[in-house]
Amino acid sequence: MPTTFFGWVGFLLEQYGPLFASGTAMTLLISLTGTVLGFVLGLLVAIVRTVELPRGAGRVRRALLGCAHALMNVYIQVFRGTPMIVQAMVIYYGSMQYLGLDMDHTAAAIFVISINTGAYMAEIIRGGIISVDKGQFEAAHAIGMTHWQTMTTVVLPQAIRNILPSVGNEFIVNIKDSSVLNVIAVSELFFQAKSAAGTYFRYFEVYFIVAVIYLVLTLTVSRILRLVEKKMDGPDSYVIHGSQSDSRAEIKVSAENEKEVVKRWEA
Amino acid sequence: MGSVIEVQGLKKSFGSHEVLRGIDLSADQGQVTCIIGSSGSGKSTLLRCINLLETPDEGRILYHGQDILSGEVNMPQYHARVGMVFQQFNLFGNMDVLANCMTGQMKVLRRSREESEQNALKYLKKVGMAAYVSAKPRQLSGGQKQRVAIARTLAMDPEVILFDEPTSALDPEMVGEVLGVMQDLAQDGMTMLVVTHEMGFARAVADRVVFMDGGVICEQGEPAQVLAAPQSERLKAFLASML
Repeated sequence: MPTTFFGWVGFLLEQYGPLFASGTAMTLLISLTGTVLGFVLGLLVAIVRTVELPRGAGRVRRALLGCAHALMNVYIQVFRGTPMIVQAMVIYYGSMQYLGLDMDHTAAAIFVISINTGAYMAEIIRGGIISVDKGQFEAAHAIGMTHWQTMTTVVLPQAIRNILPSVGNEFIVNIKDSSVLNVIAVSELFFQAKSAAGTYFRYFEVYFIVAVIYLVLTLTVSRILRLVEKKMDGPDSYVIHGSQSDSRAEIKVSAENEKEVVKRWEA
Repeated sequence: MGSVIEVQGLKKSFGSHEVLRGIDLSADQGQVTCIIGSSGSGKSTLLRCINLLETPDEGRILYHGQDILSGEVNMPQYHARVGMVFQQFNLFGNMDVLANCMTGQMKVLRRSREESEQNALKYLKKVGMAAYVSAKPRQLSGGQKQRVAIARTLAMDPEVILFDEPTSALDPEMVGEVLGVMQDLAQDGMTMLVVTHEMGFARAVADRVVFMDGGVICEQGEPAQVLAAPQSERLKAFLASML
C-alpha cells in the first residue's frame, strides 16, 4: 500500500483510471446535452413570452397566449425555486411510483438538467432579446419582415451573441451541479468517485482527483467559449473593394490603419 | 398623378396625451413633401403611423385608395412598397453592409441570392457605399450608415420612402453626403415624405412643405410660399427660431 499522498493519488489513478474516465465522460455528456436541450427549451419559452399580438387579434388568440404565459411563468418559478437535487428525486421516483415508468438513469439525468436549465435560460434569453435595440425590430418590420423572420434573422443572432457569456456560465454550472444527480444513481464523476473512495477509505485523495478533473473541465470549457465569442464577432478589419485606378483593388482596413486608408482611398 | 398615400382624419394618443389631432395629408406620385415643426409636434408619429409602427386610433390611411387598416392590404408587400429611413439608421448589427441590403429582398420579396446581390450592389453604388460591402455597421461613420440604410430601403424597390429625421443624428460634416443622396433620389422622381429640420433642403428639394404644430397641420404649400411668406404666428416663430 502507498504511504504518501502522491503515492495514493498515483495508485488510485492506476486502479480506478477507467472509472474516473467513464465518470468524466458521463458528466460531460449529461451536462452538455442538458445545456443544449435547456437552451432550446428556454429559447422557445422566451420567444413565446416576447410575442406581441398584432392589432385586432381575436379574443381566442389573446386568451391562448395568456394561458401560455401563465403556464410558462409557473414553470420558471417552480424550477428556479426548488433545488435540482429535489427535482431529480421527485421526477425520478414520482414517475416510477405513479406512472410506472422505470426511467433510464442517464435519460432521467438529462431530462432533469434540461428542464432545470430551461427555466434559467428562458429568463437569460428573454433578457437578451429585450437588450436588442428596439430600432432593430422596427427596421425589420419596416422592410416587411414577419415577427418570426425578424426574430430569426435579426434579433436572435444579436441576442444570442450578447448572452453567450451567461449561457457559458450555465454550462459550467451544469458540469459542477450534475454531481447532485448521484442521488438517482447516474454514473457521473461524483457517483463513480464514491465507489472508488469507499474501497480503500481514501476519501481525501479521491476527491482531490475529482476536484482537479472538474477544474480542468470548467477551465477548458471557458476557454472554448471565449473562442466561440471571438468567432461570432467576426474580424475587426474589413476590405474596401475597388479604387479609382483599379476596380479590382482590395484594401484591408483594420482599427489601426482605418483613418489613413479611408482618407487615401476617398481622395 | 394620383396620390400614392392619403391620410384622412388621423388621430393618435399616447395615454392621455393626444399627439395627432386629425391629420389630412396626401402624397402624390413623384412628389417630395417635407414635414417641418418643433419637436413634439407629431411629425415622427405621423410617419410611424403611415408605416404602421404605431397604430392610429382614428382615421384612415389609403394606399392607392385602399385602406391599409382594413386588413385587405398584404402587410409585408405594403412595407416593401413604402420604405422607411430612420434617424438612428437601425442597420442590422449582425450583418455586413451587403447582407443588410439583401436580407429583405430574399425574405420578403423572395428574390434569389444572385438577384438580391446585384440589386443591392446597384443601390450601394448609387449611394457611394459599394466599396464597403464587407464592413460591419459598427465600423462605419454615421453618414456612411445612413447611406447604407437608404440603399437597404431602395433595394426593396419601394414606391414611397418615408424619412424620419434622417440627418438629425449626424455630425454636421456628414449631413451633406446624406442630403446629397436624397436630392438625387428626388430628381429620379421618387415619392418622398421627409421629416426634417434642414430648411435648406426643404427649400431646394421639396415640392411641398407641411408645417405641423400641436398635432395638427398648421400651414402647407409650396416651399417658397410657406418658408418665405409664413402666414401664421406659430410658423413665423418657428422659422425665426431655426435661424
